[in-house]
Amino acid sequence: MSTSVVADGPVESYVAAFDQLTSDASTPSWVQSMRRAAFERFASLGFPTTKNEDWHFTSVAPIADQEFVLLASKSGDVRREELEPFTFGARWDTMVFVNGRFAPELADCAKLPAGVKVWDLASAWTKAPSVVDMIGKIASYDNASFTALNTAFMHDGAVIQIAKDTQLDRPIHVLYVTDATAAKGMMHPRNLIVIGRNSKATVIESYVSTTNAMYLTNTVTEVSVAEGATLNHFTMQREAERSFHVGTVEVAQARDSHYVSFSLATGAALSRSNIYTTLDGEGSGATLNGLYMIEGEQHSDHQTQVIHSQPNTFSRELYKGVLDGRSHGVFNGKVYVHPIAQKTDGKQTNKTLLLSDTAQVDTKPQLEIFADDVKCTHGATIGQIDATALFYLKSRGIENGLARRLLTYAFAADVLETIEVDEIRQSLERMSLERFV
Amino acid sequence: MPLIEIKGLRANVGDKEILKGLDLTVNAGEIHAVMGPNGSGKSTLAQVLAGNPAYEVTGGSVTYDGQNLLEMEPEVRAQSGIFLAFQYPVEIPGVSNAYFLRAAYNEKLKAQGKEEVDPLEFADLMDAKLAMVEMDSAMLTRSVNTGFSGGEKKRNEILQMAVLEPRLAILDETDSGLDIDALRIVADGVNKLKRPDNATIVVTHYQRLLNYIVPDFVHVLANGRILKSGGKELALELEDKGYDWVTSPATAGAA
Repeated sequence: MSTSVVADGPVESYVAAFDQLTSDASTPSWVQSMRRAAFERFASLGFPTTKNEDWHFTSVAPIADQEFVLLASKSGDVRREELEPFTFGARWDTMVFVNGRFAPELADCAKLPAGVKVWDLASAWTKAPSVVDMIGKIASYDNASFTALNTAFMHDGAVIQIAKDTQLDRPIHVLYVTDATAAKGMMHPRNLIVIGRNSKATVIESYVSTTNAMYLTNTVTEVSVAEGATLNHFTMQREAERSFHVGTVEVAQARDSHYVSFSLATGAALSRSNIYTTLDGEGSGATLNGLYMIEGEQHSDHQTQVIHSQPNTFSRELYKGVLDGRSHGVFNGKVYVHPIAQKTDGKQTNKTLLLSDTAQVDTKPQLEIFADDVKCTHGATIGQIDATALFYLKSRGIENGLARRLLTYAFAADVLETIEVDEIRQSLERMSLERFV
Repeated sequence: MPLIEIKGLRANVGDKEILKGLDLTVNAGEIHAVMGPNGSGKSTLAQVLAGNPAYEVTGGSVTYDGQNLLEMEPEVRAQSGIFLAFQYPVEIPGVSNAYFLRAAYNEKLKAQGKEEVDPLEFADLMDAKLAMVEMDSAMLTRSVNTGFSGGEKKRNEILQMAVLEPRLAILDETDSGLDIDALRIVADGVNKLKRPDNATIVVTHYQRLLNYIVPDFVHVLANGRILKSGGKELALELEDKGYDWVTSPATAGAA
């Protein structure tokens, strides 16, 4: 593959799709102009190459080389029972999107708790203009091709608004599912989550599939966490094995807010997760945890970015990767501490377990600290199954396969223990034990 | 037929030969103590019998219950009734002791063609086993050996032994790091598990443990070979005279 193909060729094929979308007059004109500006930006940026420092270890040529069809209209045929493997055995308020479009017939969000409002983006433009007004204000596309592309094509997604002083006792699940009709298609879901002052909520975003089709999901979620509020945010990427997934979350945090993210990646041939937050209020903090378990030829890239822009802010990060086969995992954790952000307390850890000799990992902590009274640490380890522990288990009669799976499970245990939602924790514990049979 | 017959066993760690032609025969119903100074090859013998791949067997034979032990995978040895109580039990954070014990127990049942037990059935079975080593059931919910004291780790080894009911138990320096109360609990556990159809090899540097687990035979291992064998009184003699009595070339030649 030549880099010139990555830079020029593919953009052409998006023009027709873009024209098709903008001929739809139902979206407000300000959205149309934002889309147009974003598309122009995408056209000038092109897809990132590995010369771009943020994409150094991940070539998106497999995405750039494809000509995806925009899945603009409703498509697919997913039955309710097909969603069961992805619902953690729980009955939560659920918004379902099939092949990128809202599917109210599968949703389960008619009776929401007081203080909670949800819309699908396509109707929120007109039904909740003052809420969606925030779209584009948190996630910047100036230097982000995929966010530009998403903004150009944003069409549907989940809009969730939690009023102030609202404590939710059960999660809201936003479930994106694809089926075989998504083959060769692309989706650009755009979500917005707004958490009011002193409220606490859990939102799960799932990206799953009932097929093994090749398609592109390029999703952007903007999150606003107001003063004293907490959001527990899960992004669960379990896409089809031949698909491509780029997921970006950008968060704006006010004083004393807490953003807690757990990011899972087990699916897709090529995936990239970006979790970016700005601690723009004193006393605010972010906890960013993640687990990726990949095998075969899978490639999974995780980038986090925490901007400490005010004093007395904290961040905690624990990302763990389990890599088997010829898979390739990437972690890049960025922490910026602004000159005024004294007493910043940051800790970042990335640990990788390699289950094969052919799996590969690139890990890159990146700390840029401009304040002088801060506490920031980072650490990365890469290891294999511990031979002594493996022998210990086998010496008790535990067969090799189970012993290795138990040690894999044990490796993932501490990051899974951080999950407060029992159904998710238990589900992922089972998954970590059974993933590599 | 002896339970285990070791003939001319040679084994290396890396390029270094540790066992240099070791012979030992153990029959069902017997307790054998293998004593020796540090570096004599005691732990190597224990690890080789359990099948640790870090040790390379370069010669000799080991016949266990009529089978060639050296060709068996460690897990198969365990399923066939061999149990090694580790000198340094391994910590496995994240895996609960209960899950670990039940998994091991079920593997044994499976190997015997029996039905596996579920967590409830297993919990019932555990009550008596826990009492045997004076352990609280709270130990079951903790991660395997993680944050356990030295005594707790050793008791946990004996608990595993009680669950798996081995035919041949090998205790590797089980007394090291134990105070006298823990030593008594561990020894009591081992004694309670003794049956006419099983056997125990106690590997130890000191005679102390042998006050509690009384051996039928005592062997002195030095420089990779058994230099002297005798009854339980040999242990006391060693305690009295020191290993040099057996291992220094002059006296060894005389013995």
